[in-house]
Amino acid sequence: MADNGDDPYADEEEEEEDEYAVEGATRDYVVFLIDAGKDMLLQLQTKRGETKTYLEAVMESITEDLKTRIISRDTDEVGICFINTREKNNSLSSEGVYTFKELSKLSASFIKDTSSLCENFDSVIGSNDGSNYGARENPLYSGLWVAQGMLGKSATKNLGKRILLFTNNDDPFENADPVTKADMRRTTIQRAKDSQDLGISIELYPMSRPGEEFNLNIFYKDMITMEDDELSNFMVGAEKRFEELKARMRKKLFQKRVVRKITFTIANGTSIGLGTYAMVRPATTGKYEWLDSTTNKPVKSERALICTDTGAIVTESTKRFTHYNSKRVLMTREELAEVKKITDVQVRLLGFKSIACLKDYHNLRPATFLYPSEEAIKGSTCLFIALHRSLIRQKKFALAFHGNSTSPHLVALVPQEEIVNEYGQVQPPGMHMIYLPYAEDIRQPEKINLSKGGVEIAAKEHIDKAMALIKKLHLREFTVYDIQNPALQRHYSNLQALGLQEDTVEDVEDCTLPDEEGMKRPSIVAVVQAFKDTVYGADHDQEEAAAEAERAKGSVTAQKRKAAAEVATKESEKYNWRQLALDGELKKLTVVELKYYLAGKKLPLSGKKEILIERILNDLGM
Amino acid sequence: QESLVFVLDVSPSMHPYLHHVSKATAAVLERKLFNHKNDEVGLVLFGMEETDNDLRREVGEAYEGIVSEPITLVDGELVTKLRALPRGCYAGDYVDAIVVATDMIFKKYGDGKKGNKRICLITDAQSPIKEPMEGMSMMEQVEKIAEKMEDHGVKFDAAILRMNEEKRESGSESTEILENLASRTHGEVTTVESPLCLFGALKPRTVTPTTLYRGDMEMTPGARIKVWVYKKAAQERVPSLKVYSDKAPQSDALATHVVKMDTDYKSSDDPTVSIPKAQRAKGYYYGQQLIPVTPDMELSLKFTADKGVKLLGFTEAANIPRHYYMKEPNLFVPEPGNRKASLAISALARALKQTNMVALVRCVWRQGQRNVVMGVLTPNLSFEDGIADSFYFNIVPFAEDIREFGFASFDDRPASQLPSKQQEEATDLLVQMLDLSPSDSVESLQPEKTSNPVLQRFYHFLYLKSLNPDALVPQLDETLKKVIEPDFSSEHIEKLQGLCSQFTLKTKNSTKFWKDRIEAAAKDDDAEAKPDVDTSGSGLSFDSFATRQVEEVGSLNPVQDFQTLLARRDSDEWVGKAIQGMKKIIIDLLDSSYKGNTYDKALTCLAALRSGCVMQEESKEFNDFFRVLADKCQGKRLSDFWDAVIQRKLTLISKGEVSDSDVTEEAALAFLTSRTVKEEPTTAEEAEEIDEMDALLGEAV
Repeated sequence: MADNGDDPYADEEEEEEDEYAVEGATRDYVVFLIDAGKDMLLQLQTKRGETKTYLEAVMESITEDLKTRIISRDTDEVGICFINTREKNNSLSSEGVYTFKELSKLSASFIKDTSSLCENFDSVIGSNDGSNYGARENPLYSGLWVAQGMLGKSATKNLGKRILLFTNNDDPFENADPVTKADMRRTTIQRAKDSQDLGISIELYPMSRPGEEFNLNIFYKDMITMEDDELSNFMVGAEKRFEELKARMRKKLFQKRVVRKITFTIANGTSIGLGTYAMVRPATTGKYEWLDSTTNKPVKSERALICTDTGAIVTESTKRFTHYNSKRVLMTREELAEVKKITDVQVRLLGFKSIACLKDYHNLRPATFLYPSEEAIKGSTCLFIALHRSLIRQKKFALAFHGNSTSPHLVALVPQEEIVNEYGQVQPPGMHMIYLPYAEDIRQPEKINLSKGGVEIAAKEHIDKAMALIKKLHLREFTVYDIQNPALQRHYSNLQALGLQEDTVEDVEDCTLPDEEGMKRPSIVAVVQAFKDTVYGADHDQEEAAAEAERAKGSVTAQKRKAAAEVATKESEKYNWRQLALDGELKKLTVVELKYYLAGKKLPLSGKKEILIERILNDLGM
Repeated sequence: QESLVFVLDVSPSMHPYLHHVSKATAAVLERKLFNHKNDEVGLVLFGMEETDNDLRREVGEAYEGIVSEPITLVDGELVTKLRALPRGCYAGDYVDAIVVATDMIFKKYGDGKKGNKRICLITDAQSPIKEPMEGMSMMEQVEKIAEKMEDHGVKFDAAILRMNEEKRESGSESTEILENLASRTHGEVTTVESPLCLFGALKPRTVTPTTLYRGDMEMTPGARIKVWVYKKAAQERVPSLKVYSDKAPQSDALATHVVKMDTDYKSSDDPTVSIPKAQRAKGYYYGQQLIPVTPDMELSLKFTADKGVKLLGFTEAANIPRHYYMKEPNLFVPEPGNRKASLAISALARALKQTNMVALVRCVWRQGQRNVVMGVLTPNLSFEDGIADSFYFNIVPFAEDIREFGFASFDDRPASQLPSKQQEEATDLLVQMLDLSPSDSVESLQPEKTSNPVLQRFYHFLYLKSLNPDALVPQLDETLKKVIEPDFSSEHIEKLQGLCSQFTLKTKNSTKFWKDRIEAAAKDDDAEAKPDVDTSGSGLSFDSFATRQVEEVGSLNPVQDFQTLLARRDSDEWVGKAIQGMKKIIIDLLDSSYKGNTYDKALTCLAALRSGCVMQEESKEFNDFFRVLADKCQGKRLSDFWDAVIQRKLTLISKGEVSDSDVTEEAALAFLTSRTVKEEPTTAEEAEEIDEMDALLGEAV
């Protein structure tokens, strides 16, 4: 990178988003508002057969959410607040509201405190048993107000504010003073509306108490505005979301942003503006800093360029050199940049090709996604869409030259159609820019067989058996979203264990491994056997076993070597080497005799007699 | 080390192309001079008027019109010779020329197969070949040559020029002969339809492929196929040159001029103490906290996997879209010489092709590797004798690697942005008109035949520099320009313009590029100079200038405008307007700065803004802005501006100055110092952004 540091466009990275680019919040402020009323201390039977209180179940889910959030969305801020508590702790000094964690960024201690809260919940916070404060208090109302206060007033772009409310009590004013009950209901609903008007979304995570369904109609359907058709599905949805809290993947989420705005030149004088997006990029374990392991404080790295001839420190070096044509050739950085910059045009259309021309090996690095932008050139979208449609109709891709200043390449612009399902957009409309290799880059390893022979082309019977095998091992509905990177997940769980000082590292399932149990099913085994018998012959396993045994014995030369070593060891035993060495008698032995010792000890046999003797003395430790 | 003999046809029918041949062959040597300076090169020209070759001298007859240059270490002289190829006057016989070249190789290197030896023929195959010696058919003679080449391990490559469409059909007998020779010796025959293809067709060197993996591909625990895995494509980059040090005196002939990078890790407590490697641990971010991971811990905790390739199953090709391919592709070939493996792969590959399915595999190339890759196998069926069916392998992303961004559906776009029927017809026509693959057998700009123009130019420049240290960067070769610009006929251009005129495209006035900004700044300067001229030239007095009704903070005299606005009493909106306007000016100035040319002005504005805010008791307005500015500058491109701010001791407005400020005096002072000590506040996001840049620039990944 040192050679292309002065790209004048390098600052153009962070451009305003296109007005039509759909976008969600990239950062969340979340307050967990948890009902700690006495119903939450009821026992709950989990799917795995354990018994715990509702509160414990909620806290476990939240802890899981935090563990995921700290990795995937580390700029989020989280607060935790309980309502219907015995103790109070909040900015409004309201009864029955306990702010356990103010809104803040996550840290290991935050998570640890949260996960261990249940152990001493009763002593610190406690549940309201109905005697702590009067029936005129409205902790739900106060809780919403406190949560809203925590989330703050400022409306920032790309910031999502959410209150997640956990309760198993569908009638929060059940025991309220009958005189004020209606009023409480009204003010609470109003409070929730006000919050929503401020851009705060309130999400309800209702749980049904044993033996009764959580009834949204009593109160909550009015608090969280809901359409009737939503209502019927809501409970199912809520349960699913509750599960999701725990099961979400640890994955670093990225803010959607234009990597670069480029112009695509279709003909002289006709260009359109495009935004480029990185939709697929290898995820890494993330940045690290060097620490002094004795103090765990960051160390400062200091780099110096040192002239090897004089030992002087080189502060600036604008020249590069190499040996060429038996001379030393110097080049300045500017010259290098000039050589590499072969065009001013960013992306230039060269023509169109049938999609079949794009071979599976025409690839170098992850593709870049292109979507039109009206920002620089008005009318870009229209031309882009027209071209997009024409390409799809004619099953073509556009060939273009991407005149990037460091690594210019031929690129294929492949149209992608939008796919939408009931959950939303699965695949956006646009084009993928695929980087094509040059002639220099493409190799022909296929030719390896030319010299070794043994090439067979399958006949119909073989292909049929292979088809049967493919049918049996068919992964329907396969999607790469199902496969997580085991190395990365392992890294995250290590960090978590170290960060939270957990005793054990959470096991990470390696979902890249094939389903070996499934493959043992008789129907599959039969198909595999049929394929093997047809392609390899019925005696294949025996032949392999025999070949394996042969290999174990070693090749002919290996066997010879082994025999020679045995002879040497035997011969070597006839001498008292230590005595000979002490007496300085080794010199008198022949080279052949000396080699008995060396061969017996598997030491190198090369070199003159003196070297052999020295080697023997070394080995004897003398 | 490779030895290469160019066998070049200089017969009259080749004359129109000889300068292309010159350039392309010289380019090969220009590369060899850099990477493979121990390679040896010889030259055989045929179709010449004179005759000068060893065989002729020995036999005393035949081998007419063939001139050979002995095989020598590659050097600049040979490049010069190639650049000035003589024009022959007879139709030459390439078979004879090949015999001469083969003989040269035998004589130079003796018997045996050792070493990489290659003959590269460039001809248009238009000249008639002489009848072979009596009692032998042409094919028999070729067979004999092939046998000899095989015995000596000589590879035969040929580039057959077919640039003239009329002659494209002729010379098919020659093609057959040459292909026969090439396939016997594992070489390649390339048909060259354009000068550009010639560059691509000439390989600077034959790369001996090395395997990435040899072992089993496990379909189920009981069924394995022996495979070898190779790279199918690997990007050849512009080589990185060494940093040059001019510290050594010019007179020192032995000076190496090498610079070495020295990285020292210093304790943050005591900068004089170096921390040795063993004492360093990596600190990974967990939330806001750094988690130290020592190398030992890393070793014991890190994921490891056992070597092997395992099949997960098969799925529809559509489930793995093309843009999922992450890296350079590989090739899975059956273990060479293993008939069973070859048959098994062939059966699977053909079955996949017929069903339009792909195989998913999990790969660990080496024992104990710290990660695994998931990939997709797609069939690569062989159309050539002796070449086995194989699989292309491409790495596919994990769930973590995919970012789900939403984009507005095209249908949701306003009607003005949707193409009309005529416009779609226009692009339909455009796509048809610029068709680069009009039929199955014709394809222009094929990656396989297109050479990297940057590499060509880089090596050519090196060569020129080796002759003359003051050489200028050469223009990109005319032939190679076709890679970066389309080659349209005037008729095409006219049509193209017609099609494009269907669309209204309007470039917005934007100052988003630096050059635009500099121009804009230059205009500003002009404008700034003007009032002076005007005051003297027109009757405009300086007083009228000052008392003119200022409505906003302009870029001309921002400080003055700002103060004037603050002083206006006719409405209380002016204060707010003045502050907002000033903020915008400061940001604009910084954004448009080029090598710090606007810093002084920005600094003056900032100081004016601060004192204005103190006067108007608008501490919050200033402090918020100042914090944003700090974030914008520190550790970034504008960090030198921030240094100037600190030097001027400009900081937050404190309680002492304005009572409603929420900042104590200590905090205000600390704001400057604390921020500067802070290690480069690069957030993960920024790192990501840089990564993205790298990725886009093609350096990383």
